[in-house]
Amino acid sequence: MSDDNSELSARQRDEARAALQRDLPFALSPSGSFPSPEGGPDLLATSDIVVEAQQIAAVARYLRASLNYIYLSNITAVDLLAHGCFELVYHFYRLSGGPALTIKTRLPREKPELPSLTPFWPGAAFQEREAYDLFGIVFKGHPDLRRIYMWDEFEGFPMRKDFVRQGDKYLSE
Amino acid sequence: MLSTDELQINIGPQHPSTHGVFRLLTRLEGETIIELTPVFGYLHRNHEQLGEANSYLQNMPFTDRLDYFNSMANNHAYALAVEKLAGIEVPERAEYIRVIMVELTRILNHAGAIGFLFNDMGAWQTQLAFSMREREKILDLFEMVSGARMMCNYFRFGGVVRDLPPEFLPALQDLLEAMPAFIDELERLLSENEILLARTQNIGILPKELAISYSVTGPMLRASGIPYDIRKAEPYSIYDRFDFDIPIGSVGDVYDRFLVRIEEMRQSRRILLQALEQLPDATGSHINPKARQNVRPPVGDAYTRIESPKGELGFYLVSDGSTKPYRYKIRAPSFINLTPLGDLCRGHKIADVVVILGSIDIVLGEVDR
Amino acid sequence: MPSDDAVQSDLEQQGVFFSTLNRFYNWGRRSSVWPMAFGLACCAIEMMATGLSRYDLARFGAELFRASPRQADLMIVAGTVTKKMVPQVVRLYNQMPEPRYVISMGACATSGGPFRDGYNVVRGIDLYIPVDVYVPGCPPRPEALLHALMTLQSQIDRQNLKQVRWYGKKARPQSQDFPVPSYGPHGLEIDGKLVDPVGSLPLISSYSSPMEGEQRRDQIEHPELVRVFPDMERELREETSASYAEALEGEDQHVRR
Repeated sequence: MSDDNSELSARQRDEARAALQRDLPFALSPSGSFPSPEGGPDLLATSDIVVEAQQIAAVARYLRASLNYIYLSNITAVDLLAHGCFELVYHFYRLSGGPALTIKTRLPREKPELPSLTPFWPGAAFQEREAYDLFGIVFKGHPDLRRIYMWDEFEGFPMRKDFVRQGDKYLSE
Repeated sequence: MLSTDELQINIGPQHPSTHGVFRLLTRLEGETIIELTPVFGYLHRNHEQLGEANSYLQNMPFTDRLDYFNSMANNHAYALAVEKLAGIEVPERAEYIRVIMVELTRILNHAGAIGFLFNDMGAWQTQLAFSMREREKILDLFEMVSGARMMCNYFRFGGVVRDLPPEFLPALQDLLEAMPAFIDELERLLSENEILLARTQNIGILPKELAISYSVTGPMLRASGIPYDIRKAEPYSIYDRFDFDIPIGSVGDVYDRFLVRIEEMRQSRRILLQALEQLPDATGSHINPKARQNVRPPVGDAYTRIESPKGELGFYLVSDGSTKPYRYKIRAPSFINLTPLGDLCRGHKIADVVVILGSIDIVLGEVDR
Repeated sequence: MPSDDAVQSDLEQQGVFFSTLNRFYNWGRRSSVWPMAFGLACCAIEMMATGLSRYDLARFGAELFRASPRQADLMIVAGTVTKKMVPQVVRLYNQMPEPRYVISMGACATSGGPFRDGYNVVRGIDLYIPVDVYVPGCPPRPEALLHALMTLQSQIDRQNLKQVRWYGKKARPQSQDFPVPSYGPHGLEIDGKLVDPVGSLPLISSYSSPMEGEQRRDQIEHPELVRVFPDMERELREETSASYAEALEGEDQHVRR
């Protein structure tokens, strides 16, 4: 059954990629704009659709309007320290069922800014605030971009890979 | 004409009706809410950071503590994610054991949620005692299989940690036989109580379109009239083998959310009965013997989700080829279901806030992670 | 006065009750310990289960969970205490009238438990308030909480009115509240001094139990480790052992009594 699912999700992905290629070709990001470190694992390699960060709102609205992906389920920020970038992973669903459509986008670590999806999907509000709080990613156009878990006075972004971590678990490292 | 000022009231973080350490900042006009802002983070205990420092298997007990009412469901979602990432097969019997545990969890969770509703409305602990009585019976079953009441840590990659003890199945049969009476009792308490009807009907209505754009999941989404259940929409594990219905609400108010939960308990019981019937005998293995618990998945990422009792529970894992996840992200249902809280409460009285909050059924361990 | 328990119970059977003031006071306090309805995390569910029908905390006179700290005698710290929550916990404790007791329920409240190394988690509530009884377990079973309550009751039984701070000859109710930490840019601060940095180890030591005088123990965790403060301009902030010795000194002035 998991084979069915992966086949289905591959088919969904190819359809969506073809549609984006046709209607929003400028949004599909050329891969490899961030360097891969030597020796380490290449976390940038993916078969999912990678889009240009500044076009994420356009892509998401296109997916909703034309391809019926009306349900935005999950927004994840990943700190790819060795590659010098943040990756944001969006999972969209159709209400009729089926696997997720995964859209990825990458941001430079120095200036992590991209358009917010909150004006279109209010459900993204807290998830974007979480990514801002823990990773320092700035969502332009978010109506209320404040820290969500840490207190307002706090400085620093604790989920970044270069945030200092001390404790018994880290003693051996 | 009496002139009135706006009033700001802070509810929580230590408040008996906030279901944990949760804070609400409200602005009131008289007793009517004009703005409500939730404040999080009082139980932010860094699951995601610790998840990156633990090995894959070490994270399993941490998932218990996410939504501490549903440890088995959390285990399931996490086990599925790692199995997808590492390509581990699960034997038939293990799948059935998993489904039995998760559906028991659903019943336990919904019974608890309904008990807390009465608690929030001032019946203090009377009704909660009924729900907890039923909960204790299910916890006894969990203790039988896993050795722990709440934090079961029962699932492993490729199955479950040990097989069902011989006394489990008869005990489960007994429980299922007695269950309809309990569910009916609970429903009567809901639907035949005039005060309760007055306080829950047409309170906190969430329309369909808003429910979708707010990314709401679980009983809350279904109460708004959308028959979306991941067990049917994207069947995982062996849910495509069972015959069950998706209850939906018509209005989308607090009352509907609780009726949906009652009906889901009945459907869970149906699934349990079918699972008991189809359960392969004990010669089937409870765990894939070839599955290594000290997994080292190939480089890549995986997102899996299950229909947890509270909604869509997802795990997004990124592997860099080592024994620890590079990124361990939890898509917590009750966190995202809280997004419309401000809109739901606007225009209602302050006493309705706790009822609406209760109908979302949050657990702070999962909201703040 | 019969001090022998056998003689005492023998007399009680015949309807003769002897008591000392001490015993009478302690009996009164031990039989109506009212806990505060104060759930933090997972353990709170087990705390509720303890209060409900199956385990029935009422048998020990402690079933009245009060929603207000002003009416409570016992604070059961049930769950993980995060740095964001500490100021509220300490404030609630300060608001409770004396005599007051604390049960630290579960591994998290006792030491941080499984979440010990999380950046936002406090490594034991005894860094901020003194604890009477610690309960191990994650979460402790309701029986364990019942046992903790019984332990607390036996501690109350042993208290001597002349020696207890709030009844003694020189009655000294707590002269000053326990310091409530405030949120700072790098962690929790007391009087403007960093005491519990986010992502690093605490710079203060834990309190001893009330029976031992509620004093700081003067032993910080991992004193050999240089505290590295978690911020983005790290090199500016790297503090050496000298500066946390200073922090300890400062603690002497404002925390210890």
